[in-house]
Amino acid sequence: MSADALAPVAGPQPDSAGHFGRFGGRFVPEALVAALDELDGAWRTAIADESFRAEFGALLRDYAGTPSLLYEARRFSAKVGARVLLKREDLNHTGAHKVRNVLGQALLTKRMGKTRVIAETGAGQHGVATATAAALFDLECVVYMGQVDTERQALNVARMRMLGATVVPVTTGSRTLKDAMNEAMRDWVANVDETHYLIGTAAGPHPFPAMVRDFVRGIGDEARQQCLDLTGGLPDAVTACVGGGSNALGIFHAFVGDADVRLYGFEAGGDGVATGRHAASITGGSSGVLHGTRTYVLQDADGQTLESHSISAGLDYPGVGPEHAWLHDTGRATYLPVTDDEAMAAFELLCRTEGIIPAIESAHALAGTVALAPKLAAELGREPTIVVNLSGRGDKDVHTAGDYFGILDKER
Amino acid sequence: MSRIGVAFDKARADGRALLVGCMPAGFPTVEGSIAAMTAMVEAGVDVIEVEIPYSDPVMDGPVIQKASDIALAGGVRTADTLRIVEAVAATGAPVVTMTYWNPIERYGVDVFARDLAAAGGTGLITPDLIPDEADEWLAASDAHGLDRTFLVSPSSTDARLAMTVEHCRGFVYATAVMGVTGARAQTSDAAPTLVSRVRGVTDLPVGVGLGVGTGAQAGTVAGYADGVIVGSALVRCVLDAPSEADGLAALRALSTELAEGVRNPVR
Repeated sequence: MSADALAPVAGPQPDSAGHFGRFGGRFVPEALVAALDELDGAWRTAIADESFRAEFGALLRDYAGTPSLLYEARRFSAKVGARVLLKREDLNHTGAHKVRNVLGQALLTKRMGKTRVIAETGAGQHGVATATAAALFDLECVVYMGQVDTERQALNVARMRMLGATVVPVTTGSRTLKDAMNEAMRDWVANVDETHYLIGTAAGPHPFPAMVRDFVRGIGDEARQQCLDLTGGLPDAVTACVGGGSNALGIFHAFVGDADVRLYGFEAGGDGVATGRHAASITGGSSGVLHGTRTYVLQDADGQTLESHSISAGLDYPGVGPEHAWLHDTGRATYLPVTDDEAMAAFELLCRTEGIIPAIESAHALAGTVALAPKLAAELGREPTIVVNLSGRGDKDVHTAGDYFGILDKER
Repeated sequence: MSRIGVAFDKARADGRALLVGCMPAGFPTVEGSIAAMTAMVEAGVDVIEVEIPYSDPVMDGPVIQKASDIALAGGVRTADTLRIVEAVAATGAPVVTMTYWNPIERYGVDVFARDLAAAGGTGLITPDLIPDEADEWLAASDAHGLDRTFLVSPSSTDARLAMTVEHCRGFVYATAVMGVTGARAQTSDAAPTLVSRVRGVTDLPVGVGLGVGTGAQAGTVAGYADGVIVGSALVRCVLDAPSEADGLAALRALSTELAEGVRNPVR
């Protein structure tokens, strides 16, 4: 399957300027337009080129370890009241779906003759993935990370440095992911000739949302076939967590044309959307422009970006990819918030029933599935089949989860 | 012709460039920014560029970021900015605003254009809005008689340069370097080439910004451009000053030096 993860398939595409309905597009300094056009051209040429597709497919298989398994979680299913199939992206090299995107963009970087990649990172997962690909492809790598996050995620900072990347702590604004993205944009404007900005999610200016989506859409292509092989049919629902939204688009894309398959994206509800302390851009935000694209944004009455809050650093972002905004507006996908507490309850449930420690991001998809299962069962009058994108593993979250559950021994 | 166009024409007739000085609205306070901009006008700055602060200013370097953060932390609102525009326009100097797109979209594009025109503003510089995405702004600026300044860059292709300039009114903003705002030790080599490329496709005046901070640099840029746009160096006068009075004194001194520079173009 991953031998040609980029083979053309039917599915929603933006217009030639990257608009998904009223969302998407390019809201960037003119200085970056030439680089975005170059990237768009390189991308279109590459996906039409069988040797590029073969090289990407071989990397996904031999290096990243895909296709990832679709695993029937029987004990979890029994607790939830649905037949739950987990798409095991947590088993990929570097521990998440993100490796698919960084390998694709790193290949493209080489193809464009650029020698340097930059990236933004929140918890450090995308930074680690980028540093990994940079090491593999012998590219210089600089990762921007909010100073608050470099302190919270010292281990991932060390991982990136081990892989040869330079980590730059960002001390402006709220000193978190959105400021890291601002700083990466500033670097890109100044060094665009030799540098590719390896954006970590399906957001940002065109062509990033569609391009990143295509690099990760193997998740859904694989899961759809695996579900057919395993169950003889399509699932009743596909669920994923949504921060920027690449893992969700990656698994949704193959199913968008299957009208009977419901698509659910679960946003980070933090302390609860009503408290204002959350990262649910679709549920609790409004239409705006952030980081080069028009989408749903957490903002105040004057259009200033609000700080997001989530126990999951990977979902802690005040915007969302424009394709999700559009899937929401068209009603094709449903977006619901999941609170920190709900996510952590599902996190614990998966640990105890299946011996799998999920990323806290993915635990949001599990929690949403727990809530969805009885409603779907009632609606269908039978046990539903639900494919959940287990987008990442929880090794990186052991400290956060240990703190949350109060199971860390006190320091002596 | 727009008010800015008249000012550019007059400067051209006098054999000099126009000095555009930028300051974030509400920095250090609303009243403080009015005082700062007024002082700049009194010391010889021809046009005031009022930057509406935004939480995520990707085209701005550390100095203007910091000033914007201070303004936002002080609670400045878009409506305050319009009040500042009105107060500074009362000095007689043309006042142009500059901001990232989201605050305008949130305020309402047509409503903003109406209110900016009513406050006496001449137009808007849009660092992250390219003409490709600007339909609503093109209509609103036409409806309310405002200038619109899009940016051109050394990396712009000929086709994009021509398209961008075609959508400009008032003046064109040429970004001298590939980078963000901030004073630099040397002025750009790329800027003269960019300005001559713009002149190849339009008679509109061309302002050059990014990196100018001294009278000598202003003179160099005045040698080939119609406008010299200075931001970070002026903002730094206020940012680094131990007191507001010291800040205003430093601001006056630098404005005077820059005004001298644009009157002595190095050709």
